[in-house]
Amino acid sequence: MAKYLLLKHYRGGPAAVNDVPMDRWTPEEISAHMQYMSDFASRLEKTGEYIEGQALAPEGAWVRYDGPGRPPVTDGPFAETKDLIAGWMVIDVDSYERAVELAGELSAAPGAGGKPIHEWLEVRPFLTEPPTIAE
Amino acid sequence: MNEALLRSLTPTVLGILVRRGADFAAAEDAVQDALVEAVRVWPADPPRDPKGWLITVAWRRFLDTTRADAARRRREDLVDDEPAPGPAPEVDDTLQLYFLCAHPSLTPSSAVALTLRAVGGLTTRQIADAYLVPEATMAQRISRAKRTVSAVRFDRPGDVATVLRVLYLVFNEGYTGDVDLAAEAIRLTRQLAGAIDHPEVAGLLALMLLHHARRASRTSPDGSLVPLAEQDRGRWDTAVIAEGVDILQTALARDRLGEFQAQAAIAALHADAPTAEETDWVQIVEWYDELARLTDSPVVRLNRAVAVGEADGARAGLAALTALDDALPRHTAVAAYLHERDGDLATAARLYAEAAHRAPNLAERDHLTRQAARLNTRRQR
Repeated sequence: MAKYLLLKHYRGGPAAVNDVPMDRWTPEEISAHMQYMSDFASRLEKTGEYIEGQALAPEGAWVRYDGPGRPPVTDGPFAETKDLIAGWMVIDVDSYERAVELAGELSAAPGAGGKPIHEWLEVRPFLTEPPTIAE
Repeated sequence: MNEALLRSLTPTVLGILVRRGADFAAAEDAVQDALVEAVRVWPADPPRDPKGWLITVAWRRFLDTTRADAARRRREDLVDDEPAPGPAPEVDDTLQLYFLCAHPSLTPSSAVALTLRAVGGLTTRQIADAYLVPEATMAQRISRAKRTVSAVRFDRPGDVATVLRVLYLVFNEGYTGDVDLAAEAIRLTRQLAGAIDHPEVAGLLALMLLHHARRASRTSPDGSLVPLAEQDRGRWDTAVIAEGVDILQTALARDRLGEFQAQAAIAALHADAPTAEETDWVQIVEWYDELARLTDSPVVRLNRAVAVGEADGARAGLAALTALDDALPRHTAVAAYLHERDGDLATAARLYAEAAHRAPNLAERDHLTRQAARLNTRRQR
């Protein structure tokens, strides 16, 4: 088994095929999208492949250490950042192929006009524990 | 077996152990062990005297642990001075436990966790699940909290206001899964109301009941939020509303107004309206004025602006809004709503989308996005 992170971006990835902001969909299209996402997660729970999912607020800031006795430096809210993560899902699957297959299904979630969004999702493997048998 | 009944004995049993000389942290662990044992044993073999059973098992557990510790440290302690088992003392230390678990030296999250465990009798696992954190993290939070209050004198009265803030947090925040935190908060507040006669305790209990009564109508079957004006009032729990109103009226009659009574009064006025249109907004604005006087909270003034918008028209509401900092949470959502009421759908749609962008949780974000979508769809036609 291997864990993968499916990352969804507010921006930063290539443009989706059906690229219409959600507030331009109809309320029914929004409901259909939500239903698809929740069905997808429950299906993966049933197959034993779902670990967790989280959504992030779009606003955040950069923070760094600024030396002893000084408060951290902050830069933000990061309105200018090119890449902005919207949320993620962690899955535990048998192969990279399975991870790609699931990311493809997630990207097919319906959007404007009830048609798949074809949104680009980022698939990233987790670094694993070293195997017991090394040689 | 009624688990709530079992858990309601938790603070009494814990108080008795502490009075017998056990330190709070060890006693709390022992009571928790006894509760787990009760859940295992009682269904097949229910005790005649549940409280006596819990005291005996918890005390024995406390002695075993203390003896084991003492042996390990090769030290003889006073643990052999076991008091003769007998009737429990008449004093009930439940109230002292509420004060201890909400002690001002604790952070809000620690006070919440400790209250749920030591007063509520929930297991660490249940509390961890309710706040979506790993069990080991919650266990650490609770044991640190116990260390923090270990030097606090048990026999001094505490501040009721800090206890109420903790209970309000339990009611208002948390994930509802295996344990229903809202129902648990009501149970704990009801128990507190039995231990201390205080109008604000009654006010908070009334507030919780009045909101809880509307719970079933607050979300649609697909999980999306239903605003108050669109809720199916036939699904409101009238018995719970009646109880809340009754408790509130008794509290108000004592003429010691506080913020929870004022909030409950607003909730009662909503509960009292047969339809959204029949809501007594003028009186609600008056209660918000009281509340603003009591708390000086910008959130209250924001909610007041909504009420003014209903009582005196959207323009008046927007005027009330201009006096407030637009960085306030939900300020944009309120502005969107008032602009829609004022007939400016384009501005309202833009503000709803912006409010969705700033929403603090997914349910609100979805709701606000839908509002924007609804107006945009309508405008396109």
